[in-house]
Amino acid sequence: MDMELEKMLRPVEFDMPEYPAKVITLATGGQMVVRAATRRDVPTIMKAVTPTIKIERDFYDVVGSRVYAELLAWYKYRYRNCYLLVGQINNILVGLVNGRMLTDKIGISLHTLAIERGLRIGAHLFASKMEHHIEFLDQDEVWITAESPIGFRRWMIEYDLIKQPGVQHELGGADSFMLTRELYFKSKDRLVAGTRPCPKDLLEKAKSEIIIADDESIVTQICGAKGAWSK
Amino acid sequence: MRNVAILGVGMTDFGRLEDDTLMDILSSASIHAIDDAGIDPKLIDLVYVANMGGGILNHRTAVASGLVDNIGLIPAAADTIENGPASGGSAIKNGVMAVASGYYDFVLVAGGEKMRDVSGWRATDFVATLTHPDAEYIYGITLPGMAGMFANLYMEKYGYTRRHLAEVAIKNHKNALMNPYAHVQMDIAMKGILDSPDSVVNNSPVAEPLHLFDSCPVSDGGAAIILCPEDRVKEFNKPVIRVAGFGQATDTLTLAERDDPTDLKAVTLACEQAYKRAGIKAKDIDFAELHDAFTILEIAEAEHAGLYKKGGYKKAIESGDNKITGSLPINPSGGLKSRGHPVGATGVAQAVEATWQLRGEAGDRQVKNARTALTLNFGGFGNNVVALVLRREK
Repeated sequence: MDMELEKMLRPVEFDMPEYPAKVITLATGGQMVVRAATRRDVPTIMKAVTPTIKIERDFYDVVGSRVYAELLAWYKYRYRNCYLLVGQINNILVGLVNGRMLTDKIGISLHTLAIERGLRIGAHLFASKMEHHIEFLDQDEVWITAESPIGFRRWMIEYDLIKQPGVQHELGGADSFMLTRELYFKSKDRLVAGTRPCPKDLLEKAKSEIIIADDESIVTQICGAKGAWSK
Repeated sequence: MRNVAILGVGMTDFGRLEDDTLMDILSSASIHAIDDAGIDPKLIDLVYVANMGGGILNHRTAVASGLVDNIGLIPAAADTIENGPASGGSAIKNGVMAVASGYYDFVLVAGGEKMRDVSGWRATDFVATLTHPDAEYIYGITLPGMAGMFANLYMEKYGYTRRHLAEVAIKNHKNALMNPYAHVQMDIAMKGILDSPDSVVNNSPVAEPLHLFDSCPVSDGGAAIILCPEDRVKEFNKPVIRVAGFGQATDTLTLAERDDPTDLKAVTLACEQAYKRAGIKAKDIDFAELHDAFTILEIAEAEHAGLYKKGGYKKAIESGDNKITGSLPINPSGGLKSRGHPVGATGVAQAVEATWQLRGEAGDRQVKNARTALTLNFGGFGNNVVALVLRREK
């Protein structure tokens, strides 16, 4: 590696406080640990993202491809000021969210990828992401866009986000919306779940191994097997 | 009048069937029922299709005409029956009368709905079109809104709590885990929906006191049955599941015009008619499929159907007597709450489940020694109700 050039290509990053882990009790009564992942975790996590790239349902293909690219770029030091939060149930990776700091006061929401569905995992992780930007990164606003109708309902409508005409979100395409500090705290009680501190044994266990389901299980979990003719 | 039996039954998965059209759904359910009956489709001389939203949600009307053409049943007579969420029960009732009268011998009754083509709020608005346009709809009422107000009154009057509602939801979710056709297959726990701080987020309010897990999902799906004269069942080597009785009653369209909004008179009347025609009492029912679009409705319907005295269902909830292993299982299929609620299909799906149970074909959710079943299809907000008593004959 040409270290001289690498030094120029590798972005200088903000100091970012780490997201403090929490535990969320799901509707099933099960517990999901939400915690920050590190660059070292990325190769493992990519194994869960890869099978989503070919899933057309609910725009998983678009989201999965972009998450893959974002994680790869972050892993190889080509994406600045990023973070990655993961949700684990019994060590199994059930979802992830990522984002980054655009400036010290403006955050960018990148993607939300729920691998297990039907338990509000995506919504819980998105809420954790907003919590990170506003409460721990101490930012004033987060810029958000959506690529799927589910995302639009979950983010723009549930949080009553503010549309930003003329502002281009870096993911391109659809309109850009904004979560402000005021909006976040207005929504917090009904949308942000979780208890801190995460019990030490639970957190240590989650950190000890990220288990990735096999590709077929991931595809089945995301797509289901429902159809008029399936029986 | 001839005795009428259910010869064949079939269903599609309930859920989000995004690759299937309304006609695919109706066709699949119908073909499953025809296959189950083992009947030559040419024998089918009448088709009733229960559907509420084809015109509004799917830009598809005259679905009965479409179905007979799609699955090769021409020249059978065909009618679409729209009676709100009780469309399925109404279609079966009409099919039973057609066979009983002797005018028709083999009647296909299919119910189907494709509701997930539109957003949740559009689906909610579509269902709300069954309310009174000037006295209710114009003020923004929805069915969840009505159910919330009803729940407040009912809970106060009879001493029910949110915990009782949550127990109903948990039971029906557990039952649906054993039903491969069910829309929602998730084992929920009291801790996750009521007892932990996170339950506020997991189980968000819909219309207080009703929350997300008190409400049925918006579903796609279809169900179908074949009716025939009872004395012809033996030709097909099938058990005789007789439609022993039916009842139908109406009430004021506007909830506010009822003397007591907590009194579901049409439920009581429809069930009394059905029991009388079947020659039974409520105590003879072995299990019931009730119309639990909201958890409070399972409670109120069980009591108004005479299965329990008013306020008495809470003991069944607390003791587990309403579970599959209890003495009077309610909604072994998972009910609308978890099996799902494609409105036109629901009344037919109740009869399909009851038939499977009475035949002993319900797998892990089989109710032991089931001989007599009640199905209750609740139209509007209890203003048009159809009850059926099905019985396995020796």
